Amino acid sequence: MINILSAIIFVLVAPIIGGLVAGIDRKVTAHMQGRVGPSVFQPFWDVGKLFEKENGVVNETQIFYAICYVIFMAFTGALFFAGGDLLLVIFALTLAQVFLVLGAFAANSPYSYIGAERELLQIMAYEPMVILTAVGMFVATKSFNVSDIAAATTPVVLLIPGIFLGYIYVLTIKLRKSPFDISTSHHAHQEIVKGVTTEFAGPSLGLIEITHWYETVLLLGFLWLFFAWNPLIAVVAVIVLYLLEILIDNTNARVRWQFAVKSSWLIAFVAGIINLAALYYLSGGVS
Amino acid sequence: MIFTGGYPVQFAQLLVFLILFPLISAFFLLIARKDTERDWIVRLSALVTGVVSIWLLVLTYDKGIQLVTAVPQEPFGLIMFGLAMLIAVYILYLGITHKKWLVVGLIIVQSLLVLWYELVYAHGVHVEANLFIDEFSNIMALIIGIIGGLICVYSLGYMKFFHEHHPEMTDRRPLFFGLLFLFLSAMFGLVFANNLIWVFFFWEITTLCSFLLIGYTKTEEATTNAFNALWMNLLGGIAFAGAILWLGMSGNGTMGLDALLTTGKAIALIPAALIGFAGLTKAAQLPFSSWLVGAMVAPTPVSALLHSSTMVKAGVYIIVRFAPVFQSTFTGYLIAMVGALTFLIASGIAISQSNAKRVLAYSTIANLGLIVACAGIGTYEAIWAAILLIVFHAISKSLLFLATGSVEHRIKSREIDDMNGLIVRMPKIAAMMIIGIAGMFLLPFGMLISKWAAIRAFIDAPYGFLFVVILAFGSALTLFFWAKWMGKIIAVTSDSKNIEGEVDHSEWTAVVTLAGLSFITTLVFPLLSTKLLEPFLLANYGKVAQLSQDNVVIMILMLFLLMMMPLSVLLSARQHKHLAPYMCGRTTTHDLRFSGSLGVQKKALMANYYLHDWFGEAKLKSWGIWLCSAVIVIMIISALTKGVLP
Repeated sequence: MINILSAIIFVLVAPIIGGLVAGIDRKVTAHMQGRVGPSVFQPFWDVGKLFEKENGVVNETQIFYAICYVIFMAFTGALFFAGGDLLLVIFALTLAQVFLVLGAFAANSPYSYIGAERELLQIMAYEPMVILTAVGMFVATKSFNVSDIAAATTPVVLLIPGIFLGYIYVLTIKLRKSPFDISTSHHAHQEIVKGVTTEFAGPSLGLIEITHWYETVLLLGFLWLFFAWNPLIAVVAVIVLYLLEILIDNTNARVRWQFAVKSSWLIAFVAGIINLAALYYLSGGVS
Repeated sequence: MIFTGGYPVQFAQLLVFLILFPLISAFFLLIARKDTERDWIVRLSALVTGVVSIWLLVLTYDKGIQLVTAVPQEPFGLIMFGLAMLIAVYILYLGITHKKWLVVGLIIVQSLLVLWYELVYAHGVHVEANLFIDEFSNIMALIIGIIGGLICVYSLGYMKFFHEHHPEMTDRRPLFFGLLFLFLSAMFGLVFANNLIWVFFFWEITTLCSFLLIGYTKTEEATTNAFNALWMNLLGGIAFAGAILWLGMSGNGTMGLDALLTTGKAIALIPAALIGFAGLTKAAQLPFSSWLVGAMVAPTPVSALLHSSTMVKAGVYIIVRFAPVFQSTFTGYLIAMVGALTFLIASGIAISQSNAKRVLAYSTIANLGLIVACAGIGTYEAIWAAILLIVFHAISKSLLFLATGSVEHRIKSREIDDMNGLIVRMPKIAAMMIIGIAGMFLLPFGMLISKWAAIRAFIDAPYGFLFVVILAFGSALTLFFWAKWMGKIIAVTSDSKNIEGEVDHSEWTAVVTLAGLSFITTLVFPLLSTKLLEPFLLANYGKVAQLSQDNVVIMILMLFLLMMMPLSVLLSARQHKHLAPYMCGRTTTHDLRFSGSLGVQKKALMANYYLHDWFGEAKLKSWGIWLCSAVIVIMIISALTKGVLP
């Protein structure tokens, strides 16, 4: 069931894909704003430059948490692409995420501290929907294994449209896109300096960027699963939905965290209950 | 007893030993006045109970359920009845002298029920096997023997320090330690008893012990909270007595757990619902959660004991025991719903709490809720998850309480915000606390494995999607309050000094052993599952639940990866450039001091988010009380009408 080769390929290739996605993201964003924008390889030059810089820290433990963050994110992604258990992937993802939060707390600095608390709020906002996504996929395909879900011949997205919508909603939070880029943002107009990443600089910040690339690929992989029965549709859907996220990013102002949490919970609750209940009755009720 | 050397007799001896030995220790602790005497009695007794409970596991390994007929119903039944009446009189006396009329009323009702049963029906009831042991009892015995024992050892150091720093309180340590061991004895009795009346007797003793321990300090608050705990548990006791009376009246005198669980829902459902209600009170589920939160006034080891290995675990133990009766009944689902709602609401309240012990209390209530939810659903997968939760929760929660107790003695505060930078100020205890917190909510530790198991169990159960949704929300809340606490501890405050000093030897032994246990149990979890849980499930449900081999391997891999991570610090020992934290352009020193207006040096302070508007205790609790009370009322009605799920 576990495909080691895919895992290794993910660890090696995902940063390249993720970096390119980030580059294309910047290019498209620039065009939307009427600018030419940098080359699509710009993210690689940026991160490369970060690694040439001095590793300035408030204290050494930050580096430790940054390393943990990238390693466990790569581990999570590898587990996903190796066809592992979807719930295990989600829990591992949470573990990785917590390391970033701890890194921000460890600096003991006001801005990164607020960033950490806000990052936790974001996790709290999307976590229920992410778990329900895995549950929905299980109900639709009768398996938690990514390998089985990816090989399913049923159109998963048609069985769990509610959960799909919910996932798209929280995906905006996970990708740190406006209006939900509450704890940190790639935009210049950051609200609280730089949130969780305030106190990270040089190579440590570079590691966090690379982790973000890993995560992007993982999240798009999740998206793929909804359409996995037909790879062609899946490729088109993933591209279209990512472009949609970019559009949302550029057309929305940042909201307050209260709205982010409440709205994602409401969607998770409504979509989760209605969709799961419908599937439950469709599949013949009591097992 | 005859020494034939046969297995059943040997079991009987061990079971009786585990019940009586702590009782004897309790007696000696009551009369021991010198510190050194007490130290040695506690250490040796804890060691013996721990070793014997492991020995019991070795001996019963792979033998399934063993009914013990070697201990006759009489005269023990009569002695227990006499003692129960004495306890009732004692409680009555306390109730009257303290003018707690609710307690007085409840104890009178309960005693009348017991008397009624004893006078009218008792002679018609004969239970063949009064004690028994199976894998589940065995797991409980290990929790009581090992974790309970460690908490007693820890108390030695803690209580000494406690009385040195609270000279205004009378030093009643002999009573304190006597009660701890009496508690352990009652817990052993509770999990080994097959005769329901014996279960009830031990049940009442745990109620009494917790009442006396909560009120130990004799402050006004402690006394109030102790009586609060007492009346709620007496209410449960009345339900329990009602169940026994009902069985005497119309249950053909089926009083053995073994017989009752296989007798069919027609007879067992009503007593199961009543006992389930008793379990809810003891497990501090909403609307009865306030007694456990109030119990925080007691010295910290008492909290650790109540939360991990005794008391509340007795509540969930009995519900899990009756799970086969609850399975696919409306009653079972409603009990499960009380648990699930409690899980959600208590997790929410924990976010708004700034006091470490209250956070721990609400987290316990929440996790017990999850256990109750699993037990109420009662499928083999759900029971698998429930027992895993019981085991892992006991370890992590006791560790957290004990670590918090040690911290409290040093910083004189239980506030989480005062624990900022603990990793610098007391690195050793902080490390233990981090292990405890990680054990509560992060992969690959036990609690998360159990939650995972619970999700899978809920999905497979009829109407389980409702519980899945609740669980998904509850875990998100859980994550929030644990992570922000952990963040406080690991913040590196470079200006702080190490104030850890010498950690008391007995405290440190207990804490380190528990921290070690949380790693070891995570590692041997597959063994625990295949060797103990699967036989139990197979015997009671005919099916087994397990984690796939791949997932186990991945999790062990993660555990090793995590344990390797601290090494990365050694590797990157290169000198880094140290910068002061960013303070919006203010000139800042490394420890967050900046010059404010008029040149005054100020220090920036940071506090956690508590989100009172959303998760305020008063509001959420009253919601929880109304909701859960309503569910409980319907639950009792459903049992009376024998509602079986469509």
